[in-house]
Amino acid sequence: MTEFFLEHIVFIAVLTLTGLAILFGAILGAASVKFKVEGDPLVEQIDTLLPQTQCGQCGYPGCKPYATAIAEGKANINRCPPGGHSTIQSLADLLGVEAIPLDAEHGVEAEVKTVAYIHEDLCIGCTKCIQACPVDAILGAAKQMHTVIVSECTGCDLCVEPCPVDCIDMLPVEQTLSDWAWKLPPSTREVLGNMQAQDFIGSDRDHPS
Amino acid sequence: MRKIWDIHGGVHPPQNKTQSLQDSLKDAPLPSLVVLPLSMHVGAPAIPCVAVGDKVKRGQMVAEPSGGFSAAIHASISGEVIALEDRPISHPSGNPGRAIVIQGDGLDESVGLNPIEDYRQVQPADLVARVNEAGIAGLGGAGFPTHIKLKPISSVDTLIINGSECEPYITADHCLMREFPDQVIQGVQVLAYILGEPKQVLIGIEDNKPDAIEALKNAADGTQIEVVSIPTKYPSGGEKQLIQILTGLEVASGKLPANLGIMVQNPGTAVAVLDAVTKGQVLTSRITTIVGENIEQSGNYRVRIGTTLAELLPQLGLDVDKTHKMVLGGPMMGLAMPDLNTPVLKITNCVLVPSAAELPDPEPAQACIRCGSCAEVCPAQLLPQQLFWFAQAEDHHNLQNHNLFDCIECGACSYVCPSNIPLVQYYRASKGAIREADREHIASDRARRRFEVRNERIEREAQEREAKRAARMQAAKEKQAASRAVETDEDMVAAAMARVKAQSAQEANSSSNDQAIQIQRQSLQDRVESLQIKIKAVEPDIDIKPLESELANAKAQLQRFEDQNPVSEEEANQSPASKPETQDSASAAIERAKQKALLQGELSESEKLAQSLESLTKRISKAEDRVKMARLESTDTLEALENGLEKLLAKQSEAQARLTELQSEQKQEQKKEQEAE
Repeated sequence: MTEFFLEHIVFIAVLTLTGLAILFGAILGAASVKFKVEGDPLVEQIDTLLPQTQCGQCGYPGCKPYATAIAEGKANINRCPPGGHSTIQSLADLLGVEAIPLDAEHGVEAEVKTVAYIHEDLCIGCTKCIQACPVDAILGAAKQMHTVIVSECTGCDLCVEPCPVDCIDMLPVEQTLSDWAWKLPPSTREVLGNMQAQDFIGSDRDHPS
Repeated sequence: MRKIWDIHGGVHPPQNKTQSLQDSLKDAPLPSLVVLPLSMHVGAPAIPCVAVGDKVKRGQMVAEPSGGFSAAIHASISGEVIALEDRPISHPSGNPGRAIVIQGDGLDESVGLNPIEDYRQVQPADLVARVNEAGIAGLGGAGFPTHIKLKPISSVDTLIINGSECEPYITADHCLMREFPDQVIQGVQVLAYILGEPKQVLIGIEDNKPDAIEALKNAADGTQIEVVSIPTKYPSGGEKQLIQILTGLEVASGKLPANLGIMVQNPGTAVAVLDAVTKGQVLTSRITTIVGENIEQSGNYRVRIGTTLAELLPQLGLDVDKTHKMVLGGPMMGLAMPDLNTPVLKITNCVLVPSAAELPDPEPAQACIRCGSCAEVCPAQLLPQQLFWFAQAEDHHNLQNHNLFDCIECGACSYVCPSNIPLVQYYRASKGAIREADREHIASDRARRRFEVRNERIEREAQEREAKRAARMQAAKEKQAASRAVETDEDMVAAAMARVKAQSAQEANSSSNDQAIQIQRQSLQDRVESLQIKIKAVEPDIDIKPLESELANAKAQLQRFEDQNPVSEEEANQSPASKPETQDSASAAIERAKQKALLQGELSESEKLAQSLESLTKRISKAEDRVKMARLESTDTLEALENGLEKLLAKQSEAQARLTELQSEQKQEQKKEQEAE
């Protein structure tokens, strides 16, 4: 036996490697059972990047289903108008794909953030908007006037359509002094783009002597 | 001689301090009107406690602190409150903010608090309460409420008074220390007493103020206070920088001086605390340097807080025509103010009115050449050029990794930049954008949680309904079984016979019978419907009782019929109404939103209008139906519904008008084109 192996050294190598393969296979198999991750962690990551307006403009009933669809490769990353360009960019960074422009089929990026406002004197208390609100941001009861909890409203627009007396308006969020922030200065390219050649070159044309 | 340390970087801009130091401190003329913004300190805006029309005296509280993190505001002149409204305030945005406006009566009557003769007999906590009452907020420029700062998170073993005043032009603290050294020292002693007598009390002063150093050294003779002269360099007056110069300790990123047991206060604040404690005076005026080539009488003035620059500056010889710009603060960190109506605030240590030659507009920014000068001068040891690139790319992750939030916005980098890049503005904008993103992230997390909880709730409710239904069914079955059980044998025989009869009869004419049932049901349904329509159509004043009773009859008949001939289960399943309602409406809403978005994305304005018109028409017809129903039932919602309908009609006519306008425009254009051809 020993002599056989000594004569055919290659069998030692084959046996060793086979043994190692079985050992590591067992370790990996055990690890995949022991450290199994419930759910898809990618879905969670994508979901945190989405704006959570739950508006359904992407064609899925909420942000989480859209995140699941992206993770499964069923949906493109450019279907979220409330998130707009910045969300597409961060999704592209996360998934390692090219950032693509927003799909106009699903809407256009809003310029200002809006929240719903209920004209309380017109509200008849039908609770239709309460049922439509995906984040429970409307307060009220049947035959009582309703009102929007502004801090919780995501501006998804879903409550406007069901209102029978058309008393819900989407109002732009007013900027206060406390949430005012400096704007980025115009970029060098923009500044230089507005300048003419004579702004750069010394000339006595303006001062004929 | 005390050992002092050096800070990284720093610059030496022209000091321009002599212009305002020619004369001693003067009182500015009494203003005829003051504007007191509710938010002139760090923290929550104060809450007004006077009403328009109230007479107030100088020193009377007009706005009380809201919650702990705020500061009180007092009338700085006597007179009448004439407005409580949005006014231009000295905010970097240039936006107006809420302010109390007081029209002076020229009498300058004042009220004060009770003077405390020997503050050492009073508990430090009571002195802090007094500071709170006096509305003192850091006079150095940040405006942090002093009563909060005097309750530090850990015990203070080093109190530092920041007399370095490194920013060019500003001499307010210099003037105070030179002319009132005794008050400064006494004020520092009050602060030291409140803080439990720290081990060391230091006053750091740049060596370009020898007279102030001399005066303070004399006044501090025999006390625990040490006056330290430090080399002149901008920005040695930054809180963290001064700590490093005087103690060699660095405040770690994201930490406060209090973590090192150090507190820094401004000499002006020390004197304000002294006045509040020993004289009972609240904060109604401050020393402000008013300087610049466009001001004739440059100097330091004791200005009532709330005095508008429009009133103050012309009295000091402002040349309005030549005024090129106006800066609150110094040339390095100050804010250019677009509006002369802004008031002097608690934090306004300088008003700079330079000529165009003195402080020219910045040259247009050019490309960064990566010279690295900014990194050499940065006192916070950051990499301004890297931050600049990341700010341009709005790369928040890398900005934070490069410690953007340690930037003290001193402006040294912009000062040395050979390409004139407004670096500090990039950093301020990026800080704002990051804070905004953080806020949005918190909000979206909350929205997600609410959405999930809502879905869970809806599911739970559906399950509960299902469970109830099952329970009811079970109960019904049991009841039926029970009633069957009590039937007698005779009954059972009779029932069995009847069943057999019925079965045979059904077998005989099952097909024709089915048809007959269908026809009968159809006719009954038709009758109910036509009656309903009739009732809707009649005028409200005509008596509809007969019709209604007929309808009720018909309905009852239909119901009876339905009961006798139940619709088979298959049929019921086919009807769309039996689908789960929530899912259906949600998907319908999504579908609608999708279509809407799709259409709006691609359509021209007129097409969009036509679209909205169409949807409006639909909604109107719906609304009309509702109104009719409401009228019929004479419910109390009728008025609201009618209002809604009116609004919709108005919207429709508006859209119609716009559409016709657009169409006529198009026609005209076509005409023009034809004419041109």
